[in-house]
Amino acid sequence: MELTKSEQEMLEGKHGEGVALAMKVQVATGEAFGAARMVPITRAHVALSNQDADTWFAEKLAKAGAKCKIAPTVNPGFSLAYFCGHCQSQQAMTAKDIDMMRRTHNAYKQLGAILTYNCTPYLGSNIPQFKEIIGFSESSATPYVNSVWGARSNRESSLSALCAAITGLVPEYGLLLDENRKGDILVEVQADMDNDFAYQMLGYMGKKIGPGIPVFIGLTKRPTPEALMNLGAQLNTSGAYGMYHIVGVTPEAPTVEVAFGDKEPARKVVITNQDLREIRDAISHAPGRIDYALFGCPHFSINQIQQVANLVQGKKLAVDLWIMTSANNKYLAERMGIKEIINAAGGDIVEETCTDQPCWHFLKGKVGITDSPKLAYYPKKRGLEFVIRDIDTCVQAALKGEVE
Amino acid sequence: MKDKFLCHKLSEGVVEGEVLISQDDICYYLVDPETGNVIENGHDIEGQSVSQKIVVFPSGKGSSVVQADGLYQLLMKNNAPKAMVIKNPDTVLVTSGIIMEVPMVDKVEEQFYQRIKNGDIVRVDANNGEIIVVRN
Repeated sequence: MELTKSEQEMLEGKHGEGVALAMKVQVATGEAFGAARMVPITRAHVALSNQDADTWFAEKLAKAGAKCKIAPTVNPGFSLAYFCGHCQSQQAMTAKDIDMMRRTHNAYKQLGAILTYNCTPYLGSNIPQFKEIIGFSESSATPYVNSVWGARSNRESSLSALCAAITGLVPEYGLLLDENRKGDILVEVQADMDNDFAYQMLGYMGKKIGPGIPVFIGLTKRPTPEALMNLGAQLNTSGAYGMYHIVGVTPEAPTVEVAFGDKEPARKVVITNQDLREIRDAISHAPGRIDYALFGCPHFSINQIQQVANLVQGKKLAVDLWIMTSANNKYLAERMGIKEIINAAGGDIVEETCTDQPCWHFLKGKVGITDSPKLAYYPKKRGLEFVIRDIDTCVQAALKGEVE
Repeated sequence: MKDKFLCHKLSEGVVEGEVLISQDDICYYLVDPETGNVIENGHDIEGQSVSQKIVVFPSGKGSSVVQADGLYQLLMKNNAPKAMVIKNPDTVLVTSGIIMEVPMVDKVEEQFYQRIKNGDIVRVDANNGEIIVVRN
C-alpha cells in the first residue's frame, strides 16, 4: 500500500501511540483487501457495545492518547440512569456490569466521540450525502448508508470504525469503488411484503440469498424507512452484507441493468411467502404464554412508538413491555403525550439501551416476544428466549399474556 | 496429491494445528467462551469446539460488534481458533482477526478443499501465503 508522508508518520508514531495503533490496523486491513491507498472520511459511526472487546480497545486507544479526528456518533450500551433506578434489573447485575458501562462512557468521552448512544444514526443524527466516503459500523447502519443514501462505507467492525474516526482515513477498497457496488444476486421477491415485519423476515434469508450484493425485485410498494432499517439489520444477523439494491427504490438501482452494471447475475433466488413463514418458525420460540414484550433492536422510530401507543391506549398490559429508543425519541414521545399512554397501560420507554446488555439479565429464563430476529439472536448467549411476531401481534400478546 | 497450497494473507502469523471444517458461516459470539463449542441452533458444527483449531469455513457473519467480542472472550479463556481459513472475506471478520492477532488467510487453492478433512494437521503460514498439510 502506498502511504503519503503524513500517513507514514502516523504509522510510525509521530502523532502518538494511539494514532499509530489505529493506523497499523487500517494498513493491515488495506493490505488484506488489496487497497492501493488511504482516503479521507468525513463521517463515522462506531457500534460501541460496552462488551469486553469494545471497552478494552477504546480504553487502550484512550490511554495511548488518541483523539477522534472525525467525531463519530455511537451505539448504545445501557442507560445507567434508567437501570440504576430499576430494582429488579439492578439486583441481577454485578458491580462489575455497572462499572463497565461507566468505563465505556469515560473511554469514548475521552476519545471525543459524539455520545448519541443510538443505533439508527442514519435516520437522524448522522446522515451522509450521496457518494460521501465514510466509516460506518453497526449492522443496520452500513447497508442503510450505502444502499439508501448512496454513501460509501465498507462494513466496518465497531473497532475498525473507531480506528477510522481516530485517523480520519479509511483504506480504499470494496464498496468505496464504483465497480464493487454492482449487484451479484438477483432476488425475486414473490412474498407479500405487506408490512415492515415482512422485511425482517426477508432480511433473515441470508443463508438462501448467499454471499454478495443482493438486487431485490418485486418490491413494488415503496418500503418505509423502518422496513429498510429492518432489512439491513436482519441481513447482517443472518449473513454479512454491506449493501443491497432495490430496483426502482434505491439510488444506484434505477433499473435491473444499472444495478448489475450490465453483467449477468451470479445467482438467482426466489423468496416466497412459504420461505418467510418457515424462517419465522425456525428462529422463533414456540408460541404460548409470554412473560414480557421487548422492542427496539434497532431502536424504534417515533412512528413505531406511536403504533404501540395506539394499540395499548386505554388498555392494561398483562405483562411488562419495554421499547428501546434514542433519548431524542423518548423526549418526543413525552412531549407528544405518547409516553403517558404507554405508561398508563403499564409499559415503558427505555432510552439509550441495547438488548444485548447485562441490564436485561433479570429476564433470564423467561420467554419474551419481539418483532426483531436480531433482538432475539444475540441475547441467546445470556439465556433470553423470544417468540418472534409482527408488532401488532406482539402488543396483542402483551395485552393477553399469551400468543397463538 | 500435493501437500502445499498457496493462499493469501489477511491477518499475519504462522501456526500449526488440527483442522475443523464448517460448511456454514460463523459468528464467534455464538460460541461458548468456556469450551469453544458452537452454540448456534442448527449450525453445521453446533456442539463442536473451535478451541485451538484451524477453522476452515466460508465466511464470517453477524453484527459489527460481536465477531471481535466473541474472539476476545475466546482468547481470554484460551479457546480461540489457532487460525482461520476462509473463502469470502468481510471487513468485520478480517479487522477483528487483525486486532485480536489471529492468523487468517483466504484464496486457498481449490484442491486444498478436496485434500483436507477434520482432524488433519496443517501449518498455516499467513506471512508467506501457504498452507502445508503436515499429517492426515
